[in-house]
Amino acid sequence: MNALTIRNLSKTYDNGNQALKGIDLNVEAGDFYALLGPNGAGKTTAIGIISSLVNKTAGDVEIFGHSIDTELEAAKSCLGLVPQEINLNLWDTVGNIVTNQAGYYGIGGKEARRRVEKYLRALRLWDRRDDISRTLSGGMKRRLMIARALVNEPRLLILDEPTAGVDIEIRRSMWEYLQEINAAGTTIILTTHYLEEAESLCRHIGIIDEGRIIEDTKMSTVLRKLQHEVLILSLANAVCEAPQLDGFNTKMLEDCELEVEKGPERDINDLFKQLDAHNIRVVSLRNKANRLEELFMRLVKNKHSTGHTA
Amino acid sequence: MNVALNLVAVTTIIRKEFIRVLRIWIQTIVPPAITMTLYFIIFGNLIGRRIGTMEGFDYMQYIAPGLIMMSVITNSYGNVVSSFFGAKFIGHVDEMLISPMSNGAIIIGHVAGGVLRGLLVGGLVTVIALFFTRLEVAHPLVMVSIVLLSSIVFSLAGFINAVFAKKFDDISIVPTFVLTPLTYLGGVFYSISMLPEFWQNVSKANPILYMVNAFRYGILGTSDISIMHAYTILIGFIVLLFSACVFLMRRGVGIRE
Repeated sequence: MNALTIRNLSKTYDNGNQALKGIDLNVEAGDFYALLGPNGAGKTTAIGIISSLVNKTAGDVEIFGHSIDTELEAAKSCLGLVPQEINLNLWDTVGNIVTNQAGYYGIGGKEARRRVEKYLRALRLWDRRDDISRTLSGGMKRRLMIARALVNEPRLLILDEPTAGVDIEIRRSMWEYLQEINAAGTTIILTTHYLEEAESLCRHIGIIDEGRIIEDTKMSTVLRKLQHEVLILSLANAVCEAPQLDGFNTKMLEDCELEVEKGPERDINDLFKQLDAHNIRVVSLRNKANRLEELFMRLVKNKHSTGHTA
Repeated sequence: MNVALNLVAVTTIIRKEFIRVLRIWIQTIVPPAITMTLYFIIFGNLIGRRIGTMEGFDYMQYIAPGLIMMSVITNSYGNVVSSFFGAKFIGHVDEMLISPMSNGAIIIGHVAGGVLRGLLVGGLVTVIALFFTRLEVAHPLVMVSIVLLSSIVFSLAGFINAVFAKKFDDISIVPTFVLTPLTYLGGVFYSISMLPEFWQNVSKANPILYMVNAFRYGILGTSDISIMHAYTILIGFIVLLFSACVFLMRRGVGIRE
């Protein structure tokens, strides 16, 4: 079953801006889906329509089979949203904000209190439950928005850039928690500008640009499309000159750092065999740029240069 | 529609509104108490002594119901307009809009919040009035029903104002340029029988006149207008304004792009 089905969805704002130009999208139940795109591509508009904050111009949206046109209440009951902008009631306490959200979903009394404690503890905010939300740090506010979105235990959770401005330690703990709730069955759609985040968390990816979906496939499939990879090797010993390797372009960056460009027809084993033959020992290896980032830039750039539309 | 869900949602909004009123008591409760005390001292005590009686009542006694109603109206209106516009402005109105609660529940919850503050302040002003004059309730049911219906009308009006408001200035325009003049000209301080016939007829186009007079009838047993007219107008306004609120919410005016 699809957690989200979008058919021919379009949105034209009153000022004439056509933010979505008939997109189709299917997200399977249980998936962890990355929706990527440059600023102004239409991601937030699409999320706004799914969550009933933006009126669509045309098309259909179904959440777990419930149409937002004919079964809005059922569709909304399945959904949790962490918006891009911080939109917390700045004068209310952390505990009240999450309790109120539970109430809006018809969850009251003991059950609301149990869930509020559960999610505030999970997001490490329980000790701040009586504090006014505006006294929280940026990262805490982001976590509070996640706790708020989870309190109705949604089957589909949409996170619109949830880790923007969050330090790396908290970001990683948020990733772990999101993976945990995804493993427990919650479908997650994530938009982010940290492509490393999308690559490590998501199994499917959709790339949206200028209101159209230009890629919608498995993460592994999309990464296989990457024609060239640039690797940075840290060497055990200094090397004066870059070795000549068959099928690889090489360049010395520093005495102990070698840059290797690898085509799709070559594999890493082959590279190491050749380096062994040159008596070069490799201590560690990393990609010069995030693979997904490279691909993303290529897809978006390619589309802009050819004028191709999906 | 899931009735149980909407009941919990409405209760949640009312609780949230009540907490808000109490949290900012210095803005919500103290100012009307001070203003009304000044009205009672200046108009009721100092000027009122020279005026003498009106419609057979001591002037202080005569203006007390009007002043109570005035505080109920302005506070009911003010609570809804500031709370809902604040939620729109900061963005946490989205918490309600993405949830499965109905548009009706959002409206009813906020209106109930407005009524709660209106009655709370109205009760406080009544207590203050008792320090200055004696009030015997002639028709308790009329008094309670009129204050409740008037509070609902102005809470609904405040909701519509908040829906259309785009900046903070927009939430003070109606209270300043419409609500206050209509309240002052609504027979709070005088009986319209004192006006020339033409102005009496003009005054009858002012809905607040009916609310003030019906409430005065509930307390003092005297009124310039027919009580049935007051009920008809109040119920008519409630139906009209509630329908307008539902229509605006359904269309997403001012809240959905």
